[in-house]
Amino acid sequence: LASWVAVVGLEIHAQISSNSKLFSGSQVQFAAPPNSLVSFFDASLPGTLPVLNRRCVEAAVMTGLALNCSINKKSLFDRKHYFYADLPAGYQITQQRVPIAVNGSLSYSLCIDNKMSQMVTKTVRIKQIQLEQDSGKSLHDDTRSQTLVDLNRAGVGLMEVVMEPDMCCGEEAAAAVRELQLILQTLGSSQAVMAEGQLRVDANVSVHHPGDPYGVRTEVKNINSIRFLAKAVDYEIQRQIEELENGGTILNETRAFDSRLGCTVPMRDKEGKQDYRFMPEPNLPPLILYDAKSLPANMNHQQVVNIDLIRERLPDLPSVKRAKLVEQYKILPEHSFTLLNEEGLTEFFENVVKQTQMKSRKVIGWILNDLLSYLKQHSLTVKESPVSSFLLADLLNLLEKKEISAAAAKQVLAELWKGEGKTPLEIVKEKKLELIQDQKELEQICQMVIDGHENEVIMMVLG
Amino acid sequence: PEVTAEVLAHLERLALVDFRDAEGVERLQKAIQFADHLREVNTDGVEPMDSVLEDRCLYLREDDVTEGNCTKELLKNAREKVEEYFVAPPGNIPLPKLDEQETSLQGS
Repeated sequence: LASWVAVVGLEIHAQISSNSKLFSGSQVQFAAPPNSLVSFFDASLPGTLPVLNRRCVEAAVMTGLALNCSINKKSLFDRKHYFYADLPAGYQITQQRVPIAVNGSLSYSLCIDNKMSQMVTKTVRIKQIQLEQDSGKSLHDDTRSQTLVDLNRAGVGLMEVVMEPDMCCGEEAAAAVRELQLILQTLGSSQAVMAEGQLRVDANVSVHHPGDPYGVRTEVKNINSIRFLAKAVDYEIQRQIEELENGGTILNETRAFDSRLGCTVPMRDKEGKQDYRFMPEPNLPPLILYDAKSLPANMNHQQVVNIDLIRERLPDLPSVKRAKLVEQYKILPEHSFTLLNEEGLTEFFENVVKQTQMKSRKVIGWILNDLLSYLKQHSLTVKESPVSSFLLADLLNLLEKKEISAAAAKQVLAELWKGEGKTPLEIVKEKKLELIQDQKELEQICQMVIDGHENEVIMMVLG
Repeated sequence: PEVTAEVLAHLERLALVDFRDAEGVERLQKAIQFADHLREVNTDGVEPMDSVLEDRCLYLREDDVTEGNCTKELLKNAREKVEEYFVAPPGNIPLPKLDEQETSLQGS
């Protein structure tokens, strides 16, 4: 059987973390009474006009810089027309011709064969980042044959990040999105919580034989988690391979991922190719961004977005944070990935290190093996840990001073999880786990053991 | 310029307009002819203008919450509502197919 190559591209919509919407002053908030966060502009009432939110522009520039993009000092807004009940204007304001950022890259890491010790770095090209409006929400009521529309989300600012088809499977797509999520959260440009719809991913998938041109691609939507992203992509790749091997063809269609059944199904309402009739947004002049060189002298600073200033203020990105952790604490690269992957874990680790004499590269074992596995078993976040960094440091100090053995330390930790408020020292005394330091006492115990096991001793002496 | 039945159907679906009868289609053809005059102008080396605002500064607003909270007022425009939601038909209603439209055109 001939081999197949799969090609996966992603279109990611990240909701911008801002107080108000992209073009209006209504509030951005998840879960509020229906249609309570809607301005006249959001409802597309006649006579209203878009007014661009500065914070959204800054968020897009930050994100573009973090993804190594060229920032377009002049970008344009366009209208994308289609009819749907949750799009009151009948068009979405987006950036189709000249988006705010282009030609970037994102590096992410994968474990080979699921072994954390073998990590490989991959890169995906970022085609562009554009600012656009979110639509409202439709709730389908099939029993009464109607759709209920809530416009709270209509007009919220989105950054669409387009990733070129440089990925080849579900695992790569998931890893790339996970890294993007961490970057967005570090920047604060988006909270990127998929469960709250702040990060939405559509996958473009096609397959072909090595050396052949790319095959027909399908678009997969309705992916609600990073785990499902990997599943959806892998399912679609398999489906296409099977279809083609059975002599069928792939339709250029949009499919929805059904998480319950673990498969993709054709989406209804997608009849034929859409013609969005893009046209320039007549109510918005071009968006001009400045840098230190082009900064006009006499302009109101509130009206100026300075790319260089934003670049200077960028926080350490996840990749830099990881490198610093490895260097400072002498831990392995894969440890740094786990630390960053869990909210609050890095801080916890650093707090323990600060409060204990144990070397950081020994502490990391206790954090990743003992603390983390316990938290995972009980589905707790680091914040919810019954064992604080102070208590753990206290325990590790006892171990470091050789007052208890490692085995005893694990026993104490098991007790500490109960969260009964006892200190490690109290538990040690309670359970009599102190290491015997007295030489004579140790000799006596050894002698007793030898005396009680004469046969075994003879066998050992004989070799 | 000849406007084929397919192009007509496509336009009607995209813009939800109804060209209604032969006179309507003729008016459309005349409009296209009129606009085609633009092609006679030599625009080599000229940047297209897509907004008379192109020399203006795009005003940037501060990220403050200044609007919203007018559910009652907004819902006054709704013909139907259910507990503060707007009510719409289920999904997009497909337009009549191409041959059905031709029949209606012939009828008028």
